[in-house]
Amino acid sequence: MTTTPPTAAPPTGRAELLGFKNVEMTFPDGTVALQGVDLSVKRGEFVTVVGPSGCGKSTLLRIASGLESASTGSVHLATDRIGYVFQDATLLPWRTTRRNVELLAELHGESKARCAQSAQEAIDLVGLSGFEDHLPRQLSGGMKMRASLARSLTLDPEVFLFDEPFGALDEITRERLNDELIRLFDEKQFAALFITHSVSEAVYLSTRVIVMSGRPGTLVGEYDVPFDMPRDPEIRFTREFAELVGEISHALREAH
Amino acid sequence: MAITTGTAPKPSRKRTAAKSALLGWGPPLTVAAVLVAVAYVGNAMLGKRAFLLPAPHDVIAKLWDPTSAPDIWLAMWRTTVVSLTGLTLAITIGVLWAIAMHQTRWMERALFPYAVMLQAIPILAITPLIGFWFGYDFTARVVVCVIIALFPMVSNTLFGLQSVDRGMRELFQLQGAPRSTVLSKLEMPAALPAIFAGMRISAGLSVVGAIVGEFFFQRGTPGIGSLINKYSARLLSEELFASVLVASLLGVVIFLIFGWIGKRAVGKWYDFG
Repeated sequence: MTTTPPTAAPPTGRAELLGFKNVEMTFPDGTVALQGVDLSVKRGEFVTVVGPSGCGKSTLLRIASGLESASTGSVHLATDRIGYVFQDATLLPWRTTRRNVELLAELHGESKARCAQSAQEAIDLVGLSGFEDHLPRQLSGGMKMRASLARSLTLDPEVFLFDEPFGALDEITRERLNDELIRLFDEKQFAALFITHSVSEAVYLSTRVIVMSGRPGTLVGEYDVPFDMPRDPEIRFTREFAELVGEISHALREAH
Repeated sequence: MAITTGTAPKPSRKRTAAKSALLGWGPPLTVAAVLVAVAYVGNAMLGKRAFLLPAPHDVIAKLWDPTSAPDIWLAMWRTTVVSLTGLTLAITIGVLWAIAMHQTRWMERALFPYAVMLQAIPILAITPLIGFWFGYDFTARVVVCVIIALFPMVSNTLFGLQSVDRGMRELFQLQGAPRSTVLSKLEMPAALPAIFAGMRISAGLSVVGAIVGEFFFQRGTPGIGSLINKYSARLLSEELFASVLVASLLGVVIFLIFGWIGKRAVGKWYDFG
């Protein structure tokens, strides 16, 4: 695998920020997790991958972030500002919300004042103001995810990777966080690669939905989502929305 | 009005507070009362050989009796110093040992068997050696204390360092954090609950270690162990029981203090028993 170092690409326009070329992933035990994956995510694109559980969706993100290397093929990353939101909030239980959100800037050696400032901005952005001094155990599941999101936002990421971040939340909280995420995306225009197994969440959030088959994971279908950004929550109840969800769900079932 | 959750809970909460206090203190106090009663009954039944099990009030009286009390309390102070010195060393060595083992697989392979061996050593078998090497005074007592108190610190710290959630490790890995940062900002804080749990166990063991050490190394100011040795040789059973009582008290107090410290340190984010 080759990770192209960040190049001085022009910050505007629809530049490819993340690209997979013929990526294949075989684990040491012989399991083929991914096969022939070609995927490109441009600035201002929100790409969601849906697929059955265990199909290698998460592996895709782990390869993109460099946590794992692909067996063959190449990954191209045009930036080093990468946000990664895990399935769990992964907040350090001994740190308050503020100190948790400060963590990444702190690890990058930023000054105390800068850490505090970027953390406060991110906390305000995700609507956690007033909970700065709470410990993770005092936060609800949704608030923990907000804190986790805020932590990634302090890096001002150009590529944002989401590994089923809202999977463990109840539906109302999930929908609210979807709206917040869309607002952030619309404002910051990063390139997002989002993993979920909820088709309606995928359609609601994305500009493009990709269907992945299981074992080995291959990309079997691609759907452009025609709705305007930022999304009107009411589109969830339109016929077009339901039809697209239906179509993708069918494709997903065939791929399974 | 179907729902009536008015003022009823208040008095009942008071009652449950009293009840829980009773549940908390009742059982151990009952056991204590039974033990005291058994001591009195035994004492009465033994007749001429009553010295084998002295009456509790006679034992307690020795803690004030001017012929024995100064010895016992001075010895208790000495034992406290030995055990706290030993405990401090055991904590320091144990944590460093575990951190060393945590660095690489081969370090763990190389060092863990010796931690286990240290725990398995029959301490009585090597006390003569310790005497040769460190003299028969304070130092030797502390060494025995460290050997006895060390293992829980090593194993608990190692367990704590290794218990870090994989996602959190990856969070640090993604930022390219160096090993030292992962240790100081992630692994050590995460290991604190286990470290404090280890300290509590080692604290109790350090008193045992100090007394065993004093039992064998009689030079210098006598500790409780020295007194126990002396009193048992002279069949002074009331003083002997008083010394044992004081030694147990010391163990319990040190255990409680370290439990309290642990709770203060990590209780905010961890349910520290």
